[in-house]
Amino acid sequence: MNPRNLVKMANDIGRFFASEPQRTDAVAGIANHLRRSWDPRMLRQIAAYVRAGGAGLDELPHEAVQSLNIPETPATVPSGEPVPGARTSSAG
Amino acid sequence: MQSIAERDLGTPARVSPKLVTLTIDGQQISVPEGTSVMRAAALAGTSVPKLCATDQLEAFGSCRLCLVQIEGMKGYPASCTTPVTQGMKVATQNDALAKLRRGVMELYISDHPLDCLTCPANGHCELQDMAGAVGLREVRYGYAGANHLSAPKDESNPYFTFDASKCIVCSRCVRACDEQQGTLALTIDGRGFASKVAASQNESFLDSECVSCGACVQACPTATLSEKSLIEIGQAEHSVVTTCAYCGVGCSFRAEMRGEEVVRMVPNKDGHANHGHSCVKGRFAIGYATHPDRITKPMIRSSINDPWREVSWEEAIAYSASEIKRIQAKYGRDSVGAITSSRCSCEETYLVQKLVRAAFGNNNVDTCARVCHSPTGYGLKATLGESAGTQDFDSVMQSDVIVVIGANPTDAHPVFGSQMKRRLREGARLIIVDPRRIDLVRTPHIQADYHLQLRPGTNVAMLNSLAHVIVTEGLLREDFVRERCEPEAFEKWRRFVAEERNSPEAMQSVTGVPAATVRAAARLYATGGNGAIYYGLGVTEHSQGSTAVIGIANLAMATANIGRPGVGVNPLRGQNNVQGSCDMGSFPHEYPGYRHVSDAATRALFEAAWKVPLRPEPGLRIPNMFEAALDGEFKALYLQGEDIAQSDPNTQHVTAALTSMECIIVQDLFLNETAKFAHVFLPGASFLEKDGVFINAERRISRIRQVMRPKGTYTDWEGTQLLSNALGYPMNYGNTSEIMDEIARLTPTFHSVSYERLDRLGSIQWPCNEQHPEGTPVMHVDTFVRGKGKFLVTEYVPTEEKVNARYPLILTTGRILSQYNVGAQTRRTANNTWHDEDRVEIHPHDAEERGISEDDWVGVQSRAGETVLRARISPRMQPGVIYTTFHFPDSGANVITTDNSDWATNCPEYKVTAVQVVRVNQPSEWQRRFHEFDERQRELLREAREPAEALGAGAPR
Repeated sequence: MNPRNLVKMANDIGRFFASEPQRTDAVAGIANHLRRSWDPRMLRQIAAYVRAGGAGLDELPHEAVQSLNIPETPATVPSGEPVPGARTSSAG
Repeated sequence: MQSIAERDLGTPARVSPKLVTLTIDGQQISVPEGTSVMRAAALAGTSVPKLCATDQLEAFGSCRLCLVQIEGMKGYPASCTTPVTQGMKVATQNDALAKLRRGVMELYISDHPLDCLTCPANGHCELQDMAGAVGLREVRYGYAGANHLSAPKDESNPYFTFDASKCIVCSRCVRACDEQQGTLALTIDGRGFASKVAASQNESFLDSECVSCGACVQACPTATLSEKSLIEIGQAEHSVVTTCAYCGVGCSFRAEMRGEEVVRMVPNKDGHANHGHSCVKGRFAIGYATHPDRITKPMIRSSINDPWREVSWEEAIAYSASEIKRIQAKYGRDSVGAITSSRCSCEETYLVQKLVRAAFGNNNVDTCARVCHSPTGYGLKATLGESAGTQDFDSVMQSDVIVVIGANPTDAHPVFGSQMKRRLREGARLIIVDPRRIDLVRTPHIQADYHLQLRPGTNVAMLNSLAHVIVTEGLLREDFVRERCEPEAFEKWRRFVAEERNSPEAMQSVTGVPAATVRAAARLYATGGNGAIYYGLGVTEHSQGSTAVIGIANLAMATANIGRPGVGVNPLRGQNNVQGSCDMGSFPHEYPGYRHVSDAATRALFEAAWKVPLRPEPGLRIPNMFEAALDGEFKALYLQGEDIAQSDPNTQHVTAALTSMECIIVQDLFLNETAKFAHVFLPGASFLEKDGVFINAERRISRIRQVMRPKGTYTDWEGTQLLSNALGYPMNYGNTSEIMDEIARLTPTFHSVSYERLDRLGSIQWPCNEQHPEGTPVMHVDTFVRGKGKFLVTEYVPTEEKVNARYPLILTTGRILSQYNVGAQTRRTANNTWHDEDRVEIHPHDAEERGISEDDWVGVQSRAGETVLRARISPRMQPGVIYTTFHFPDSGANVITTDNSDWATNCPEYKVTAVQVVRVNQPSEWQRRFHEFDERQRELLREAREPAEALGAGAPR
C-alpha cells in the first residue's frame, strides 16, 4: 500500500493517543490499536517504512511501530498458499 | 382501512398499576385505571359500535355511535371518552341505545354513496360494518337532499386517493396526522354541513405538507383514503408479519397479500419499534421488489468490456469458485475478500463472514457500517463496553431533555422522529447540535430550546465545551461517577475538559457558536431531568467520528444519564440491519458478538464449531481493500447487497480499485453501479422473498418472513452456501432457523435467541441469554458491560480538510425523507415524485456572491473531483456551508468526497469536504465518462437478455 496513506493513518491514530499524560501510555495505546485493527501486511509495510527511516511519521506512532517488533517477512501464510482444504464432516 | 388481521379496541391502552373493576352487560372485568369504557368492553369481548374511535388515537367523541348507558349517570355518555370507575355498571345495548344509534347511522348513510359492491373497502368498511351492527334497515331522510356525493376525488398522491364523497368527517385522518405523525398537514375546513377534510390550505395532497406516511389512510374507517394498490388489486386474503427493509428504525409491518402479490404494507400495531406507524418508504415504496430492472438469472463474463452471458446457478457458482481458487493460488490466500450488507439479514451476513473466515481462509470481510457507524462500535465499546445503543425507542417518552446531534430523525428515521415529536409536544426540552437548520429546530408545536449551529467538523470541540461547563460549574453527578466509573480515567478526563482551552469561550472561534448558548445548553442537559442523546452520521462520518462518540458517552456518564429509561446514548443507525450486520461479525477484526479475532478462547470456539483453523490477525477494511487492489495484491471481491461504487467516498479511487480486480462477484437485485464492474452477477432476493432477522438501532431482533418465492430461484444465504460448497467448505443449512441456532450457540449475547422465542415475544432486544431471557430494553442498568465505565480524553484535532481561497466552502452530505441511501430501491418507486434528482443547497449569501439562482447548474469542485448539480437556494444552510444528497448515481456526490477518514475506524469524512461552487452550463468530465460507461454497461446487459445464440459470446475463462 501507498506508504503515504499508512503514515497518515498512523499519525491520525497517534493524535488521539497523544493526549495521554504518560508517553508510555500513548505509545502503548497506539501500538495496541495498530495490532488490533491493521491487517498484517499493513503492519509489515509500516514496519519496513520505519526501518527505512519513517519519514513523515510522528514520534509517537514511530515509536509505537518499533515497539511492535514486526518481522520483515510474514511468519505464517506465505503468498500463494492454497485455500484450506475441505473438512470431512459437515460444518453447517 | 385498518389491517385485515387486527382487532381495534377503540381507544389506546393505559398503563397503571391500579386496576379498576366494573361490570359491563353483567360481566365483571378489571382494567388499568384510565381505560375507557369502550376499551374495557372490547376487552370483555363486546364491541361497542363506533366510527370516530380507534385504538391508535386518543378518543374524540364526535360520532355519537358509541353511546352506552351507565347506572347512576344521566343521559347516554360516549363510551370512548368515559373512563372506567370502580363499581361502574354499564349497558352497551338496549332499545334506547339501539334507536339512538340507528338514528345516527341514518344521517351518515343519507350522505354516503351506496356503491358498496364496487367500493375498495367493501367487506372491511367500518361504516358498512356499523350499519350492520346497529341494524340499519332504512334511511328515513332519503338520498335526494343536499349531499357530498359529487365531491371531487384527489388522486394527486402517487400512493393513495382521497375520495371526499365517501368521507364521514370523523377526523380520524386529521388526528392521525396530528398525533401519530406530528406533521399537522390535515384539518377540518368549514363548519357544519360544509365541514370537509383539507390538506394544508385546501391544497391537493401532493402539494400540501403531507409526508405520505400513510397514517391517515390506515385510520380512515371508509374508503375515503385508500391505497391505489388496494383499488387496483382488490383486498388481501392473508397477511404476514415482517420487518421493513429501509432505515434503522426497523418497523414491523403486516404484508397483506393476495397469493404472492403484495396488496399493501400495513404498519403493525403490535410492532415494538413503530407501534402501528410508518413512513412513505416502508408503507408504500416496495415497487422495486417487482420492478422490471430486477435481474433474476445469474450472469458471468470474463471482462467488464464483454457482454454478460446468462447462465445457470450451477455454472455461475462453479465459475466463481474456480476464479477464487485460481486467484488465491496465484496471488495468495489474502488476495480475496467479501463485503456484507446491512440490507441483508443477520443470517446472510453471518454466513458471508463465515465463508470468508472458514472457506477463503482469511479475515478480509467488512461491511457497509465501515462507512457509517463503525465509530459507534468503537466509541461505545471503549467507554461503556458494548458496541450498541443503550435504550429502546420507547425510552424517549420518559426523556425530559432530548439532545439531537448530527442527526435528522424526521427525514432519516421518520417513525422514530414522530415518536420523538410526540414527547416534545408533551413538553420535553430540545437541544439540537447541527450545522443545518433541520426541521426539528422549528416545526408545528415544537421549537428547539437551543440550536448549536456549529461549523462542520467541530463536534469534538463542542462536546468538550459542553463537558467543560458541566465539570467547572459543579454539574457533575460525582456520586454516579464514583460508584460506576474508573476513577483514574475519570480524573484524567476531568482535568482535561476543565482546561480553559476547552471552555465555550475559547472554542467559540472554532465552533462558531456563542459561548453563552453552549453554557445554557450544557446546564439544561445536566440539570433538566432525564437527558437523552440521539446522534447520527453527522457525528460518526468525520475524521474524529470515534472521538465524538466517546465524547457523547463521557457526557452521559458525567451526568448519570445512563442506565435507566429516559436517558442514554442512542445512535440512530442508518440502514435496517446495520446493527445486525455488525453484531454478526462482519468486521475484519471481530467474530460475532464483537469478540476480537486474536482472542484465543473465542477463536477456539469457532474453530471447533466450524471445523477449520482460523486466522488470529485482522483482515482488510474496505478502504484497505481498495489500496491493496491498486497495489495488485487484492484481486477478488464478493459483494452481497452492497454498492460501493456509489456509496463510498472518492468514487474515482473506488472504481480504479474495482477495475484492477480480476473477479468481482455481485449478488444484488439490480445491475447497480458496482455490478457494472463485476464479472459474476448472482440474483439477490428482496426482503419479501426470504426468512431471517433484522436488528434495528435499539438492538431489536425482528423477524422477516417470506411472502413470495425468490425471483432469482435462491435467497441470498442459499447463494453463499452454494459458493462455499463449491469452494470445498461444506455448508448444509436447511433453513435460516438453523443458522440462527448456530449464531445463538456461539454468541453469548444471543444465547437464548431462537425463531420460536421471536415468534412468541414478537421481537427481542439483545442481550438475550440466560440472564435476560426476554431481552434487554435498557443496558448498563447496574453496572456497565465492561464493568466500570471508562472516561477517555477527547482532544479536539481539526480536520486536515481545510477551506482556502481555491476551495472556500464546506460541503456536507445527508439524506432526505423520500429516498433511501444509494436509491437503488426508492429510485425504482413513485418516491421520485418528491425527489427526482440530487440538488446542492446553498445559502442565499453564498449564492448571490457567485451569481447563482435557483435551479442553476453549478459545478462543485473539491480536491478529489468535480460534479455538476442544480442549485437550491436555502437559508437552512449557514453561510460557507453547502449540502447535498447522494441518492442518484449520476449526481456524483461521492466524486467530490475525499479519502479522509476517522482515525480509529476509517469511516469516511463524508461530512466535511472543502469545495468551490461555480455556475456552469455542462456536465462535469466525470459525469460525461459516467454516462458513457453506464450506457455501455446497460447495452451489455441488454445483450445478455437477448437469445444466447444471437450473441455468439465466448465462454469466460
